[in-house]
Amino acid sequence: MSADQMLAFETDCHIFDGCGFPSPGLSSFLFKPMFEVGGFEFNKPMLLALLSTLVVCGFFWAAFAKPKVVPGKLQMVGEAGYDFVRRGIVYETIGKKEGEKYVPFIVSMFFFIWIMNIWSVVPLAQFPVPSLIAFPAGLAGVVWLTWMSINFKRHGFVGGIKNLCYMPGLPKAIYPLLIPIEFLSNVLVRPFTHAVRLFANMFAGHLLLLIFTIASWYLLNGIGIAYAGVSFVMVVVMTMFELFIQALQAYVFVLLACTYIEGALHADH
Amino acid sequence: MASEEEQNPLVPEIPELVVGLLAFGIVFWLFYAKLVPSINKVLDERREAIEGGIEKADEAQAEAQRVLEEYRAQLADARHEAARLRQEAQEQGAALIAEMRAEGQRQKEAIIEAGHTQLEADRKQAAQALRQDVGRLATDLAGRIVGESLEDHARQSRIIDRFLGELEERAEEGVRR
Repeated sequence: MSADQMLAFETDCHIFDGCGFPSPGLSSFLFKPMFEVGGFEFNKPMLLALLSTLVVCGFFWAAFAKPKVVPGKLQMVGEAGYDFVRRGIVYETIGKKEGEKYVPFIVSMFFFIWIMNIWSVVPLAQFPVPSLIAFPAGLAGVVWLTWMSINFKRHGFVGGIKNLCYMPGLPKAIYPLLIPIEFLSNVLVRPFTHAVRLFANMFAGHLLLLIFTIASWYLLNGIGIAYAGVSFVMVVVMTMFELFIQALQAYVFVLLACTYIEGALHADH
Repeated sequence: MASEEEQNPLVPEIPELVVGLLAFGIVFWLFYAKLVPSINKVLDERREAIEGGIEKADEAQAEAQRVLEEYRAQLADARHEAARLRQEAQEQGAALIAEMRAEGQRQKEAIIEAGHTQLEADRKQAAQALRQDVGRLATDLAGRIVGESLEDHARQSRIIDRFLGELEERAEEGVRR
């Protein structure tokens, strides 16, 4: 099954042929199940998610399973990525001493999200898995559970609640207003924005690529060919832009995860 | 997923959620259980190897410094010893020369002494022989001149001795003068 089968437009429809622009929309994020096992519908994003697992595990297994003190090329690349996340994200936010414990969590999450994002520009795959809310929501949920459990383990029940909604050093009159807002913001809104930030970026990126890709094809008739050229240039430009956004959003997601964990570890932030 | 339903992109599909969590779970487990400990071990080993190398280099430098000090001390000792030996040799040489000089002096004096003694003996012997000869010759001569009149031997001897004594006195006076 290829992606264009799933797109809701006729592949032989061009401008001036009397058919309208088959604009992409929510239907572009719907996939017919590839197969069904006892009511469980297995679709292409699931396959891509599992392929992401395979790619990340395969690469890092090849790089790190038999590491050497004097590294080979693959291990060097793997170490560069590993060190970037470990030093650049975990040590920077949580600190070296307390952060070391969360390095496997953050490193695996970063590369897993990044590869899931990258499918967006890989031929035949061409779909960013996190543009379906279920995938970022699952990861944001794991992060939420992680920092919440750290919070209550570290500060006890009362201290944990206090850490969630109390800020010291403010005028007393403001607390009746601030405490509910802080609680809502930290406990309920935070995981939601965390997931949606990644989801919306990938969703919008995918739509942008679809619009220009479909337009390049749709405009391929008569004078429209010139516009199709412009549109195709935009496809190339947006593909590069997306490559940047994919890495950036994976980075932002794990950076926020680290910030939340750090906030749970230390009161009075 | 049924495409006829009203689609809300913010509502997660449960099967996708499950697969997503499973997929991440596998990645996390592999990193947690195997890959991160494995690479951290090697990174630590590498850091230790580098730090160990620096330590070893420091050690080697300290050792080299120590050996250099030792060597310098030995060299100074050797110089000292050499100077001492030279001094000693000089002293010994001087003593030897002085001794030899004294010995030479002594030998020279002994030789001179022996020469003097010999000369004195020779002179005495010559004087003795001369005196006898002169006496006999003078007697003969006088006898011949005066004839047979001087038979009285004793008187004759006295005259001769007196004569010779006068001669000696005159000679000694000449020497002194």
